[in-house]
Amino acid sequence: MAVFVATDVESAVQRLDDRPDSVVLAGGTDLMVEVNDGRLRPSPDADVVAVNRVAELRSWRHDSAAATVTIGAAVTYSEMLDEPLATLAPALAEAARTVGSPQIRNAGTLGGNLGTCSPAGDGLPVLAALDASVEIASVAGRRSVAVLDLMKGPKRTTLEPGDLIVSFTLPVVDGWQGYAKVGVRNAMVIAIASTCLVLDRQRQRVGLALGSVGPTVLRVPAAETKFAAALDWRTMTAERDAVQAFGDGAAQTAAPIDDHRSSAEYRRHAIGVLTRRLAARGLDTAGRAA
Amino acid sequence: MTNHFTLRVNGADHDVRDSWLGESLLDVLRDRIGLLGSKGACEQGECGSCSVVIDGELVCSCLVMAASTIGQSITTVEGIATDGAPSDVQRAFVDAGAVQCGFCTPGLIVAVHSLLESDGEPTETEVREALAGNLCRCTGYGRILEAVERVVVERRR
Ligand SMILES: Cc1cc2nc3c(=O)[nH]c(=O)nc-3n(C[C@H](O)[C@H](O)[C@H](O)COP(=O)(O)OP(=O)(O)OC[C@H]3O[C@@H](n4cnc5c(N)ncnc54)[C@H](O)[C@@H]3O)c2cc1C
Ligand code: FES
Ligand code: FES
Repeated sequence: MAVFVATDVESAVQRLDDRPDSVVLAGGTDLMVEVNDGRLRPSPDADVVAVNRVAELRSWRHDSAAATVTIGAAVTYSEMLDEPLATLAPALAEAARTVGSPQIRNAGTLGGNLGTCSPAGDGLPVLAALDASVEIASVAGRRSVAVLDLMKGPKRTTLEPGDLIVSFTLPVVDGWQGYAKVGVRNAMVIAIASTCLVLDRQRQRVGLALGSVGPTVLRVPAAETKFAAALDWRTMTAERDAVQAFGDGAAQTAAPIDDHRSSAEYRRHAIGVLTRRLAARGLDTAGRAA
Repeated sequence: MTNHFTLRVNGADHDVRDSWLGESLLDVLRDRIGLLGSKGACEQGECGSCSVVIDGELVCSCLVMAASTIGQSITTVEGIATDGAPSDVQRAFVDAGAVQCGFCTPGLIVAVHSLLESDGEPTETEVREALAGNLCRCTGYGRILEAVERVVVERRR
């Protein structure tokens, strides 16, 4: 039993396979809270596999031919704010900026956000709205899975023991994308409700994902299709009514609960407001560029 | 169950012999190595009183698993003063009256040094955003912002 500082994917997954109760440690900003609280004690028969020095997980690459960007699972939120990555994945940068504090952003990662799979995870609506794919490694090899198929419920993913999240691949969108979140203050706050909107001009596709208003991140396919049809993609404009209906559709799809952070009613209302606000912002911005 | 490892803190190697697997860097610094400058208040990343710099990055030492930092370079508040003389940031905190009970001060000193290393001329908004992870229950922050401003002006000269 030890803390194993992995430097490549192969040795990390080998170690996870050798000791089935092993846990992956990235930035530690979720895991160590559990350890400090005594809720999680690394098992004496298992290893802690630290992955934040695995070069493949710490880097990102832009494939301009495929118009995608692939971001390593252990890239930190602070790194997502740096150029040129922030311009390639602007909604992700916006979401990253809202995470915790500088100390949390310097440590926290997208792989850890998905590993925890909180419905309030700020990276997850962005990955969902962009239909990101996730590369996963295990001793059996590598596979690629849609992020939406991995998020099962609150703090539940379909990852198997021995799986290591390697990277996320997102499209570099021609159009507009943005992220918005409601919380009680500007810093260090878990989302009460959040939305990510993607207006993909080339594919004429709308992607909207909602955070903190369901057991996991939700997409709103019916409202997305309706709004895509109502949009003038050439001028990037829409009628006021269409924007209103889009917000209403999103609010109806939300499945919020009452808890200590907020009420279901307020969360549903916030989803409508955030959706309309993002749509107005996106159309304004993209329309001006057209 | 314990494990043995060596950490590089403020330029010196420290042998850690009696830590338990999963123990935080904050606890190892304080209880095993005897560096009591970094404070522990929340142990969940909320207050920043445990802030340290690891390989150039400001982080909460309470959220770092100590044994995972083998081979990295750790700087704590004790590593900031040179030859026992306070740094310009430390002096400015005292001069501006930014220290009251002092519990938040070590974390803030580390955070302010880290901020000014990456940006020597931050706006007030940037300072506020950069220090959002460091809570102070006494000063109301006004004097802390003033201390940072004093350093910025001083370093310009
Ligand atoms: C004070 C504070 C404020 C916070 N604020 C926010 C916020 O505003 N928004 C937000 O979304 N989150 C917030 N968080 C939560 C946390 O920072 C994020 O969820 C972060 O993305 C977790 O990443 P990590 O690298 O620290 O994960 P870790 O804690 O290292 O790991 C989290 C989980 O994921 C697993 N895991 C990590 N990497 C991998 C991988 N590559 N493959 C497989 N499994 C993996 C781990 O085994 C563990 O179960 C906050 C946390 C704190 C302490
Ligand atoms: S003790 Fe580490 S952030 Fe509060
Ligand atoms: S001086 Fe007391 S908490 Fe800041």
